[in-house]
Amino acid sequence: MTESLVVLESEPIEVGGRRRTRGEVWRRLVRRPRFILSLAVIVVLIAISAFPGLFAGLFGNGDPTVCDLSDSVIGPTSGHPFGFDVQGCDVYANVIYGARASLTVGLLSTAMALVAAIVVGCVSGMYAGWPDSMLARLIDIFLGFPFLLGAVVVLTSFSTRNVLTVSVVLALFGWPTMARLMRAAVRQVRNADYVVAARGLGAGTVHILWRHVLPNTIAPVLAVATLTVGGVMVAEATLTFLGIGLQSPAISWGLQLATAQSKFGTSPHLLIFPALFLSITVLAVVTAGDALRDAFDPRST
Amino acid sequence: MTRYATRRILELVIVFLGVTLIIYALVFALPGDPIRALGGQRPLPQSVIDALHERYHLDDPFWQQYLRYLGGLFHGDLGVDFNGRAVSDKLASRWPVTIKLALTAWVIEVVLGLGLGVLAALKKGKWADRTILLVTIAVTSIPVFVLGAMAQLVFGVKWGIFPVAGTTKGWPMAYVLPAIVIAIFGIAAVSRLTRASVIENLGADYVRTARAKGMRSRRVLWVHVMRNSLIPAVTFLAIDLGYLLGGAVIVEGLFNLPGVGNLLFTSIRAHEGVTVVGISTVLIVIFLVVNVLVDLLQGFLDPRVRHGD
Repeated sequence: MTESLVVLESEPIEVGGRRRTRGEVWRRLVRRPRFILSLAVIVVLIAISAFPGLFAGLFGNGDPTVCDLSDSVIGPTSGHPFGFDVQGCDVYANVIYGARASLTVGLLSTAMALVAAIVVGCVSGMYAGWPDSMLARLIDIFLGFPFLLGAVVVLTSFSTRNVLTVSVVLALFGWPTMARLMRAAVRQVRNADYVVAARGLGAGTVHILWRHVLPNTIAPVLAVATLTVGGVMVAEATLTFLGIGLQSPAISWGLQLATAQSKFGTSPHLLIFPALFLSITVLAVVTAGDALRDAFDPRST
Repeated sequence: MTRYATRRILELVIVFLGVTLIIYALVFALPGDPIRALGGQRPLPQSVIDALHERYHLDDPFWQQYLRYLGGLFHGDLGVDFNGRAVSDKLASRWPVTIKLALTAWVIEVVLGLGLGVLAALKKGKWADRTILLVTIAVTSIPVFVLGAMAQLVFGVKWGIFPVAGTTKGWPMAYVLPAIVIAIFGIAAVSRLTRASVIENLGADYVRTARAKGMRSRRVLWVHVMRNSLIPAVTFLAIDLGYLLGGAVIVEGLFNLPGVGNLLFTSIRAHEGVTVVGISTVLIVIFLVVNVLVDLLQGFLDPRVRHGD
């Protein structure tokens, strides 16, 4: 269960070397059909999460809470392309409405982790000496938690959990990977000529960070953040499946998969459709992140 | 080497203290009284509450409680569950299953991961390479519990090749299917790492030199390229063994293998906080120790590592 972020940690980005210009990166990205395709999928999913009502009604039964127990676990029929769940609710409408929770947790949690990583990475990278050693140890300590196991320990002690609590807990164990990357990147540019020049002209530390250091270090961290969104979404579904993530009456893919677990032998449609949506979403996010990382990597051709 | 080892072990001690402190602070010091919660709907008499507080030292300051918990950990004391059984006793009988499963999965990872990685590198750009890349990316986007359920459905229920769950068939029949499910993520990672480094090394100067000397290309590949390309994959495999030993929570639960992960799985679902925290602590410690051992091994094998930063 701790496998989900292994790939992220095993292929660190090289932060040295010549940085590509924005135009170069963009040209490299649009040349890749994989990136365009995954970006399209992500845009559609964001639209679904923002306006689920528009998409849920496509087959005429758009309300995920209209349920009839006599329809329980009936397979796909006309008007109900994904069939019915255990409670007799339309699976298609539920899958559509479930996108919001997964995507929100993924984006919110990653955003919080990213902010923490940038702050810690900048402070740690700019100030050598004791602030750096303290923060570097803090990063080490949080990296000592296998991602999901840490979340399991914390979430077990909450009796009520929602999108916000799950996001915060996942961010708590997600920031150190990005912080380490940020720190390494900031250390590389700390003594670059343009930083020394800005300091010589009397610029303050905050100004230097904002105008000179961040624009030159943020790109690879953003690429890893994209990958993290995918990892967090899988983690949310896994935790919910274990019974310590989101709780009903929330509508989420993880919850649908958890209820499908005991029934999938006889009615596999309960498992397949939410799983398909979750997997395609994660695939799109990870592919986009992978392409971004390649495009920013000065070593790749 | 001694200096490097000392530094890594000191770092391990700091991380260990930090991790246990965080777990303790987050879980044990949360608002709410665990003793009152024991009573459920009916309030406990004040005298009982006081006696239990006294017995479990709940009124001591935070630091004393933490140190007592740390002392317990060193004696192998992981706490006592609601039924009065020691968590460490419940764990003891579970290890053989988990170790068997982890090693089976690990061997599958080594063989398939390295094999597919080398194959993809040698066929770079051809259909074999593209297929391996596509399949490894696709498979890693499917959550492990979905993968496990699908495998049960297809290989267990529909085709009946492997038992759906349980250990009555013994090793290897009962272990192969869950082992493959856990190993899939590692196979994907190892094959990608191996592919990248084999391709990088195939273009290295020493390979050109070896070829120019007239060395046969098979010998160049297996003697020169492989030896230098395996370092990242081997590092990953070593760290992954630490993950596997504690990582099979979902799969052991799904396939009903009575291992350590299964105990964690059932304890999470039964809301047994003490057991969950106890097991997680042990698994995190194993993970930390394996990481340091891997670092030491790397420092021993590769002088650049121990003289780095």
